Amino acid sequence: MLFRKIKEFFIEQLIFFSGIASIVFVLLIFFFLLKEGLGLFKTVGLWDFLSGQFWYPISDPPKFGILPLILGSLVVTLGAIVIAVPLGIAAAFYIAEVASPRVRDVLKSLIEILSAIPSVVLGFIGMMTLVPFIKWIFDLPTGLTALAGSLLLAFMALPTIISISEDSINAVPREYKEGAIALGATHWQTLYRVTIFGALPGIIAASMLGVGRVIGETMAVMMLTGNAAVIPQSLLEPVRTLTATIAAEMGETVKGSEHFYALFVIGIVLFVISFAINVTADVFLHKNRK
Amino acid sequence: MIILRDGLDKRTMHKIEIRNLNLFYGKFQALMDVSMNLKPNTITAMIGSSGCGKSTLLRCINRMNDLIEDVSVKGSVFIDGEDIYHTYVDLVKMRRKVGMVFQRPNPFPLSIFENVAFGLKIHHLAKGKALESRVEESLKAVLLWEELKDRLNASALDLSLEQKQRLCIARLIALKSEVLLMDEPCSALDPIATQRIEELMAELKKNYTIVIVTHNMQQAARVSQETGFMLLGELVEFGLTTDIFTHPRDKRTEDYITGRFG
Repeated sequence: MLFRKIKEFFIEQLIFFSGIASIVFVLLIFFFLLKEGLGLFKTVGLWDFLSGQFWYPISDPPKFGILPLILGSLVVTLGAIVIAVPLGIAAAFYIAEVASPRVRDVLKSLIEILSAIPSVVLGFIGMMTLVPFIKWIFDLPTGLTALAGSLLLAFMALPTIISISEDSINAVPREYKEGAIALGATHWQTLYRVTIFGALPGIIAASMLGVGRVIGETMAVMMLTGNAAVIPQSLLEPVRTLTATIAAEMGETVKGSEHFYALFVIGIVLFVISFAINVTADVFLHKNRK
Repeated sequence: MIILRDGLDKRTMHKIEIRNLNLFYGKFQALMDVSMNLKPNTITAMIGSSGCGKSTLLRCINRMNDLIEDVSVKGSVFIDGEDIYHTYVDLVKMRRKVGMVFQRPNPFPLSIFENVAFGLKIHHLAKGKALESRVEESLKAVLLWEELKDRLNASALDLSLEQKQRLCIARLIALKSEVLLMDEPCSALDPIATQRIEELMAELKKNYTIVIVTHNMQQAARVSQETGFMLLGELVEFGLTTDIFTHPRDKRTEDYITGRFG
């Protein structure tokens, strides 16, 4: 009896600690970022850091302005979203509503495979194909541009967008579709007048998670976007993203230097952005379930 | 293209004629050679135990069974003398004429106004002021106008179950459907709401031909003029409601309505 109670107690504690472990890890990561990053603000103001137009971390005196990096991330992400969201939603509708069961199965497993390709492999393929193609078609001095990054990231965001959108389209109650068809609506009218509204919260969440995937991606953008830390004027210029900056420069900084702190603050900025995106997506997913 | 039955004068025709209808789900036969004539401006009730094929029969009258995979139908259903199972039938036009009310109220995830306007919009029947007045008319016909006129732009999903079911009926009235197929329209509603929907049906009968599937025999007796009893896919007996419930001709009908099975 006593033994059973002790066993019960330990199992409960174990489950409890597993449950809060993830929360603890998130908090620890956040505190670590803060601890390493906040040292920067002894010498550089927060506003100067966020709105400074020049990122010259190793010149003398160094300039730590991450505006070009933020805009670089933004441009690449926006480009990717403009491409991936419509394409992903259309693909999801095709798989959920139009494709025959066999085509559906094949497509779904292919999309799974797509999401399993390591980003460095995709980046490599992009470097060999996409970059020369963009250079050639727009007649540019280099094909390493925001556009190349956007295209490849769109490709990487597609599996997320398609599979979550498709789930939410499938979750639209059958009664909605039957109601529309019984009123004489065609398949297409049913889709764009009824089904899409039933699935909308899920589709928005899918897009947000796609954005989250894109903004945090590092390897592929570093390989494709040219990494010039200048404020981008168009999609056809080299840009540098927040993620690529950390990855490219972390190895060359001295621990405890201003530059080192600055990279950690970039990490905080990224953390805040993806956190906000995921929370928004979560809100919409919950709305969908209700 | 209209395919009229030979030798029939349009004036004496029944609103709906079901002729030798057989339906298979794969190899399982769900309807066995069903034939019946339904009169205009009449409520016809279909009764029978679960799985007897009454809902399947109802869904044959607007070809909703087409949506299910692996269904095959033999026989004919004539609506105003036109065989809706003929190859050249325009399903969109047919379903405009034959509306359906479902077991669970199924308003679309749109506003109240958009729900009622839905049919008119997809068939391009009205816009602007004309559309608004048709929506108003339809909501008045189902007695929802007074309670909802100030929040037509609110989501239809926030209405009560009874209001939702009335809204679903208003959708059909807006389209000026001629036939209303009702698949257990009150089974999700409480007794008071059920009574009010039944009153609405009695009112609608003046302009519509109504077929109602119900597992509730009292309801069939209350609302309908004619009743069909089905068992295992077969139409056992069909006639005046008063006859079916007071002196059924078939032993099986009697057993069912006296509650010996079902």
